[in-house]
Amino acid sequence: MSEQALNFMPSEGFRARAKDVVENPFLRQSFRGAMDFLINKRITQFPDPEELESLRTLGEQIRQYNLGKLPSLLVELEENLTRNGIKVHWAETPDEANAIILGICQAHSAKLMVKGKSMVSEEIELNHACEAAGIDAMESDMGEYIVQLAGEKPSHIIMPAIHKTKQEIAELFAAKVPGIDYTDNVDELIQIGRKVLREKFLVADIGLSGVNFAVAETGTLCLVENEGNGRLSTTAPPVHIAITGIEKIVEKLDHVPPLLSLLTRSATGQNISTYFNMISGPRKPHEKDGPTEVHLVLLDNGRTQAYADEQLRKTLQCIRCGACMNHCPVYTRIGGHAYGTTYPGPIGKIISPHMLGLEATKSMATASSLCGACGEVCPVKIPIPELLMRLREESFSAPHANPAMRGQGAGYSALVSTIWRGWAAVYRSPALYRMATWLGSRFGGLMPSNQGPWTSVRVPLKPAPKRLRDLLKERG
Amino acid sequence: MSEQAKTSQRPADVYFFATCVVDQFFPGAGLDAITLLEREGIRVHFPEEQTCCGQPAYTSGFPDEARKVAALQLTLFPNDWPVVVPSGSCAGMMKHHYPTLFAADPARKAQADALSSRIYEFTDFLVNVLGWQPEDKGGDCTVVLHTSCSARREMGVHLTGRKLLGGLNKVKVAQQDHESECCGFGGTFSIKQPEISGAMVEDKVKSLKATGAERVVSADCGCLMNILGHAAWKDKQAGLAQPSLPGEHIASFLLRRTEERSSK
Repeated sequence: MSEQALNFMPSEGFRARAKDVVENPFLRQSFRGAMDFLINKRITQFPDPEELESLRTLGEQIRQYNLGKLPSLLVELEENLTRNGIKVHWAETPDEANAIILGICQAHSAKLMVKGKSMVSEEIELNHACEAAGIDAMESDMGEYIVQLAGEKPSHIIMPAIHKTKQEIAELFAAKVPGIDYTDNVDELIQIGRKVLREKFLVADIGLSGVNFAVAETGTLCLVENEGNGRLSTTAPPVHIAITGIEKIVEKLDHVPPLLSLLTRSATGQNISTYFNMISGPRKPHEKDGPTEVHLVLLDNGRTQAYADEQLRKTLQCIRCGACMNHCPVYTRIGGHAYGTTYPGPIGKIISPHMLGLEATKSMATASSLCGACGEVCPVKIPIPELLMRLREESFSAPHANPAMRGQGAGYSALVSTIWRGWAAVYRSPALYRMATWLGSRFGGLMPSNQGPWTSVRVPLKPAPKRLRDLLKERG
Repeated sequence: MSEQAKTSQRPADVYFFATCVVDQFFPGAGLDAITLLEREGIRVHFPEEQTCCGQPAYTSGFPDEARKVAALQLTLFPNDWPVVVPSGSCAGMMKHHYPTLFAADPARKAQADALSSRIYEFTDFLVNVLGWQPEDKGGDCTVVLHTSCSARREMGVHLTGRKLLGGLNKVKVAQQDHESECCGFGGTFSIKQPEISGAMVEDKVKSLKATGAERVVSADCGCLMNILGHAAWKDKQAGLAQPSLPGEHIASFLLRRTEERSSK
């Protein structure tokens, strides 16, 4: 199956992909170790539960305030970016976004693009589009560089190569990077990558990056990173193209520090990232460096669908820290690739249906025990379990007019709906419930030993021979 | 709060909402919880018409069906007495989700709000309403406590079970790794994603057994059904006659430990 086909219908084969991972003890242990490491790093940054709680509340308020004003903020952002000399482009779909970016590349006869880390560029599959247009798009974030060399996709939004061991990376480098010998020394591996990339920054025609916060009042693009590759990608090449989703906007510069603090502490357990870039325009006439052109592509790709519904809008509060993945017992068991979507884990389950439709993603919302670990750590308090229940409802309800989501009813089954109606009929009626449970207690011994998926790893369920109400009667 | 203040607030009557899982699968746990409350001098009322809180349909994406079932429960607790629920998950449904479920129905919303404020998870009720301090009459014993995700994250009562067990002199409470992690039950999740759910319960049982505890106790029978069901399945695979990880509801354990001439 090609990667594109995988991305198109991620629900197809989800269970099989998940099964492959859970049956691989090496991968299971490796993910567990990696997630434990990240969980522990985060918690050292939040020693005071009260401070954490008040920061999360502040983060939630800032995000909700800005989403509440999204349409007017986008206008303000465009005005101020334009005044600063940054050209703003609007893309409704991934195809439109790719066409805009390739158009800019072609106007400059670009042959080489270096990319800072950008999940939105993954979302639009920019690397495929560049390849088809004869442009060499090179990832410069170390993790992204590794997955690109391996011909894979990121398995985590912050740590793209978290699924790979150093030995695998060592073998990959030895096979793919010309002129190097095998080494699994991590420092040496990083130096190899660094050397390859340094040369590319100097000759690249285009630098591409994502955006963490776009500040409307000042027309500033903020970029959080640790490797300096973001700064090089946005300053060394003559043209910088930034791409982001329309929801990444804040009205005021004052909104940035609390969100930045929540982001780095939640994501990697860092007090602050090594680099924090604030981009407010191309090179000015008296300046000696920096790109001569800066573009921003603002992508919708289903975000306005989420925006239109009060509850689903909370999905857009996300600042992409990845803490929900690190703490998710499901992600920990199956890793990022099994999801088959650009964004894996809990946030992937709630954002992907807006991007790809419920038809393609209908099983994703079922892959949660609703344990609530994601919502508990979310730095902007997205009620992820609640949204998962809403998505289940959107998927399983009978198709109706004017749905809130594309693909509403994609998971509808007349049989399943009838079973639930029957269940409700019994459980809403004390008499029917009494009768049904009495039969269960009397004939519990006749319960089949094969109870489908339940008995694949558990003994069969059998009702007790006497119900609590029977025991209470006997007791008098 | 002084002990006296607690005593003066001590209710003479409570309702008991057993939950469908306890009624049908763990009736002994329900009876033990009631016995323990009665031993404390409280009259326990069991409305005969109770069925299920509606959570299975609610979390599966069928809120209309959940509403129909929940509407019945709303009518069962007319007096202003606390409603004690021996399950954090079902208590969480009634306390936190009923008001949302009936948001569009003002009359029922008012009922749901009123009921919500009277819902107590069993261990929460023992600790924070009764101020109950168990007197341990059993022998030395090591147990491990599993707290359900709803009890922990919705009801915030993961500490009350620990506090109750901590009050038993001769009981050592073992600490498992990844204590706060879900056991993998999740209602229909265990049926819809059996591979992932199976991996989660496998890891949970391993971590519980690794403590060397004699038994696992929990205040949620949904989790117990999953955890004990997997442990027994493993035992069967290994040809063991005795359960390698026995377990029970915390009410049963507490009652037995505090009864005269108790062994364990």
